[in-house]
Order: sequence, then C-alpha cells, then structure tokens
Amino acid sequence: MEDFLYFFTFQDSSIVFVVIGITLLGLGSAYVGTYSFLDKKALLGDAISHAVLPGICLGFILAGEKNPIYIVSGAFASGALATFLTSWIRSNTKLSEDAIIASILSIFFGFGVVLLTVIQKSGNPEMAGLNQFIFGNAIAILEEDLIIYGGLAVLIIISLTLFQKEFSLLVFNPDFGKAIGYPMGLIRLLFNVLMILAVVIGIQAIGVVLMAALLITPGAAARFWTDRLGKLLIIAGLFSVISGIMGTYISFILPQMPTGPWVVVCLSFLALFSFLFAPKKGVLSRTISRRRYLHKTHRDHLLKAVHHGLEQGKKYLTIEEIYESFPYQKSKTRQSIDSLIKTGLITRNQNFIIPTEQGKSEAKRIVRLHRLWELYLNEYMNIAPDHVHDTAEKLEHILTPEMEALLEKRLNFPKLDPHQENIPRDYDDL
Amino acid sequence: MMTFDQNAFLIIFTASLIAISCGLLGVFMMLRKMSMTGDAISHAVLPGIVIGFFISGSQRGLEVIIGAGILGIFATLVIDWLRQKARVQLDASIGITFTLLFAIGIILINLLAYKVDLDQECVLYGEIAYLPIDLWISDSGFNFGPRITYLAILNLALVGTFISLLFKELTLTSFDENFSSVMGIPSKGINLALMSMVSYTTVSSFEAVGAILVVALLVVPPSTAFLWTKKLMPLIRLTCGLGIFIAISGYYLAYLVDSSIAGMMVAVSGILFLASVLIQGKKPKFTWELPWNKRRLALEDKQL
Repeated sequence: MEDFLYFFTFQDSSIVFVVIGITLLGLGSAYVGTYSFLDKKALLGDAISHAVLPGICLGFILAGEKNPIYIVSGAFASGALATFLTSWIRSNTKLSEDAIIASILSIFFGFGVVLLTVIQKSGNPEMAGLNQFIFGNAIAILEEDLIIYGGLAVLIIISLTLFQKEFSLLVFNPDFGKAIGYPMGLIRLLFNVLMILAVVIGIQAIGVVLMAALLITPGAAARFWTDRLGKLLIIAGLFSVISGIMGTYISFILPQMPTGPWVVVCLSFLALFSFLFAPKKGVLSRTISRRRYLHKTHRDHLLKAVHHGLEQGKKYLTIEEIYESFPYQKSKTRQSIDSLIKTGLITRNQNFIIPTEQGKSEAKRIVRLHRLWELYLNEYMNIAPDHVHDTAEKLEHILTPEMEALLEKRLNFPKLDPHQENIPRDYDDL
Repeated sequence: MMTFDQNAFLIIFTASLIAISCGLLGVFMMLRKMSMTGDAISHAVLPGIVIGFFISGSQRGLEVIIGAGILGIFATLVIDWLRQKARVQLDASIGITFTLLFAIGIILINLLAYKVDLDQECVLYGEIAYLPIDLWISDSGFNFGPRITYLAILNLALVGTFISLLFKELTLTSFDENFSSVMGIPSKGINLALMSMVSYTTVSSFEAVGAILVVALLVVPPSTAFLWTKKLMPLIRLTCGLGIFIAISGYYLAYLVDSSIAGMMVAVSGILFLASVLIQGKKPKFTWELPWNKRRLALEDKQL
C-alpha cells in the first residue's frame, strides 16, 4: 500500500518521467497500431519489432555504449530495411505475405542474435544494458532517454492527428484516394515511417519481442466497443495507457520483473474482457441475442402451426400435436408455449392450446409475411413456387411493418400466394 | 582453422537433423499460409517449457515436452477461437495470442528464477555449441553420447513418420481444404496434428537453436525453395538440402566470427533467401521505363 501511494502520488521525479514516458509511448503505439490493424497489416508490426534488434546491436557497436541516439537510429534503419524488403519481396515474388513476414522477422532476429553474441564476447561492460531491449525495463528510462523517446512519441501523435484524413483513406480505400489525386505511395511511406518509429521508441520500455502486442492488441480490443474511428483511437489509447502504467507499477514494486510482459498481460486481459463482454460485439452479448432470436423464431413457428390448425377448421390443437410438429425439440417447444402463454397470445386448457384474439392476429401476421414474401419472390424474382418456401421461412421473422406495407402495395393486395393458399388479413375470419 | 573433428561433426549433424525436421513441417505450414502460426506457436510454447521445467526440475524431463505440446495446441485453439467465435481478424488473433503467452512465459521465468536453472536467453537463442559436453549418461555410468543429438534423431524420425503416413492427407488439406472435407478427411484434426508436431519440434530443438530461431528454420528454407520450384516433391527435397547446407555453413561461419551458431545458421539462410529473391524475382529490378508506361504495365498486371 505504501508503495502504491508512493508510486501514484508521484513524489519521486523519476517515477513521473517513467509514467509520462509510458503514457506517450502507449498513446503513440496504440494510434499507429489501430491504423495498421484496420489496414489488416497487424503482423507487419510484429516483423518490424523483431527486425530492429540487429539495428540496436549495430548502434551499440558503433557508439560503444548505450547511447539513445545511435540506438534509435540503428533500430530505425533496420526496421525500415525490413519494411522495405517485405513490400518489395511481396510485389516481386509469388511468396505469400505471411511467409514473407515470418521469413523477414526470423532472419533479422537471427542476425540480431549473431551481433548480440559478438558483443557479449567482446566483453563490453555496458553490455548488461542491452538485454533490457529484449524484454524491456521502463524503470530504467532516464531523463535524457525520455526527451528522445517522448519527443518521438509526440511527433507520432501529432502527425497522425494532422493527417487523419489521409491515413483513413489509406486504410479504408486507397484506390479511391488515388482516384481523387492523393499521393497514396507517399502517404504509405509516411505511415510506415511512423510505424517503425513507434516500434523503436517502445523497445526500451517493452522490449523487441513483445512490442508487437502494443501495436496490435489495443486496436483489436477497442474495435469491439465502437464503429467510429475517432472513438476507436481514444479507446485504444486509453487501454494502452492504463496497461502501460499498470505494468510499470508492477515492475516498480517487484524490481526483478521486466516491464514489457506485465504491460502485455494487462493489455491482453483488457482485450479478453472486451472480446467476451463488450456490448453488441462481445461473445456473450452475441450469444445472448442469437439465443433470443432462435427462441423468437421458434415461437413464431409455433404460432404458425396454430394458424394452420385454424385453417383446417380446428379451434384448438392438442399439446401432443404441437410436439409432433416439432420433432426432437420437446423442451424447447414447452419453453415456447410457456412464454407464449405469459405474453397472452395463447391459453392452455388442460391439454388444449387455444389462441387468443391477439394470438390469432399475430399468427396471421407471420403467415401473411411468409406468403407475401413467397409471392414476391415468385412474381418479381421469377423463382419457381417450389423454391420460395425456404427463404420465406427465414424472412418472415425479420420483415418490418414498413416492408409489409410496401409488399402489399407492390403486389396489389393479393389474395393468394404461389401455392394457392389464402393470404390471411386481420379482417378475415377463420 | 577450418577444423573438422568429432565435435564439429556432431554439431553439424544435429543441426542438419533439426533443420530437416523443421523444413519438412515448414513446407506444409507455408503451403497452408500458416507460417505466422508457426511463429506464434514457437513463442507460445515458452510457458509450457517453464512450467514443465519447474515440475520436473530439469530440462530433460518429459514434463517439459508435454507442457510445451499442450501450450502449442492451446495456442492454435485460442487463435481459432478468437477468429471464429470472437471474430477477431486472423493477423490480430495470432498477434494477441502469442504475445500474451510469451509474456506469461517470461513472467514465469522471472518468478521462478531462483528455483529453476533456466534463463531467458537460453530459451530464446539456445546454444548448440554446448552439445558435445551435454552427454546422456545412464545410471550405470554408460556414456551414450550427446543427448540433444538423440532428441534430434527421435524428432526427425517422428516428423518423418508423421509426414509419410499422412502425406496424402496433408497435401490435400494444404491445397484444397474444401475438397478434402468432401472426401471425408478430417481437415481440422490434420491441422491440429500438424500444429502439435510443430510444437513438439520447437520444444525438442529449443535447447539447441532456441525457441525463436526455430521459426527461421521452419519458415525460411521452405520459402527459399519455393522460389525455385513449383512441385511438391522437389520442394521438399530442396528444403532438406538447404537445411543441411545451412547447418554446415552456419557452423563454420559462426566459428570464424565467434558467435552463436544458431544465429549464424539463420543469418546464412537469410542470405540464401535474399539471394534467391534477387535471382528469382519477377522482372528486372530497376526498369528505366517512363512512369506512364510503368503505370500501364501495373494496370495490366492487376487485370491479369
């Protein structure tokens, strides 16, 4: 608890720096990552983040110490080379994109490991700091690092905001952008540069292997909450900042813990929560609405069965007859009967199911929609009468009253459907 | 300085075995456009390795292999679940799954760092150079030889059996999944079997080449070979040949610059890959055509 207060009251100026750093970094990478997620190029971020390793090592060898400028430019150069190679190989060979990305990723990482072992064996005492780049250590961010990393993050955020329209074009419809005269090649280049920069600034805090998560996960998680680009970016940024600060806090109270993995675990937890429980798009709410819909269709079918009974002159159906018309669905049918009784559409007298007035008119409505649609398919789509039933069976549940009125008008208030059956209206009496 | 002694032979021999088993599986992964799934699996087995290591107390235990195998299959299932049930697009579901599992693995290593003798560098990069001194000695003191070599032989035997038994099924599901379903081949089962072979290969090679560099051997030789041939059998043969060549040249180059052998093997395969791309790339690299001609050509390309 003391640690908690100490951390979150920001008494220590180094903690302030770290938190500012991780916030800016989280925002920058979430912004870029969301765009690349929408562009369906999420794994390119993974490739770039592995591919900066040789650049970091080269920067280290050239500088002879952990100089942020050398390391950032080295990382940027090798990230850029990897991106260029990926797109060049893609346009010049028959290899599929995932094979190319996986190859580039592992080749660059392999080169990086070679350089890393070379440095290790050279016995440079500064070497210990280099391992941080693989798993990340946000606590080790110093003030002078912050100026470079934070400055780059601000640069990324500003340019993404300024060119929001251009990048949306790039992501959603590059051909249209080209047609109205935007230089799409240039925009893609700029976007790639921003993406590489986002990876480069993340390596100190998160590490090369896990940096991909910071690019991919926030966007994917935020996508479950909204359909608007603006909101999407804000939510993604929020997720990323929250988990960034959580991860930093954990590696602050447990000093042997690297930051990166904890940030990723927090982020993935948020993502998993979104996948499961987000309203509308989450697994849970989709399952619920699917079940609701299935129950509704079953109730509709049951009412239709009652209506068919009325057409044959039966005032009621026995419960066995209903069970028989829906074989192997006894419990589901019982549920539907109960809920229909509850809504007052049918009544049950011992073994007999009798529709109420309200139930009769609802049953007529469903049968009417079914037959209207059959007629429409037959007359306007020229589909043979024996082929129209299945489609109508699905559409009868979702046709709106407006559609019904339109169909009635189009078909000129017909009396009979393609199977020569009566289309029931409310004033018809059975 | 180019010596060829018993140690060199053992290392090259083992490395070739690993490269061949990875390459055999990699060919099918590439044909199924699942190379990135292979990458994800090789990251995702990490927590399995750590937990198995913790339970058995050594990296030789069967628990390690079982743990990694379970995690590999688990990763495949999670990727599928995210894609089909949660409707996350494929690339993102791969990215989310492997980063999460890898992060958990690293956290476990750090949590258990004082209890188990397992450091993250070893798991990630491996060190095949220690192979000749890591001997398999029976309880009665009989020296069988290097342990990892046995593992590699066993692995290759399993992969070889797996592929030769299921060759028809693998080929069919790789090229035409719908047709294979119509034929009554359980394509999901085949897929899971392939994925478990990949996780098994990853774990049995991680001491030698490291969890991440296994990916390189899985992906790069098949991609390189694919640039040279279109037929399946030559593709497989060429991949195996490349694997052996990479093992030999990687060893000697690493010897020259005194660096990680596994890393150098990947570097060599990278050079081969890039050279093949340069040679086999579609057209002359730099055309001095006028921009409007170029645009017209690009348009024709698209129409084709």
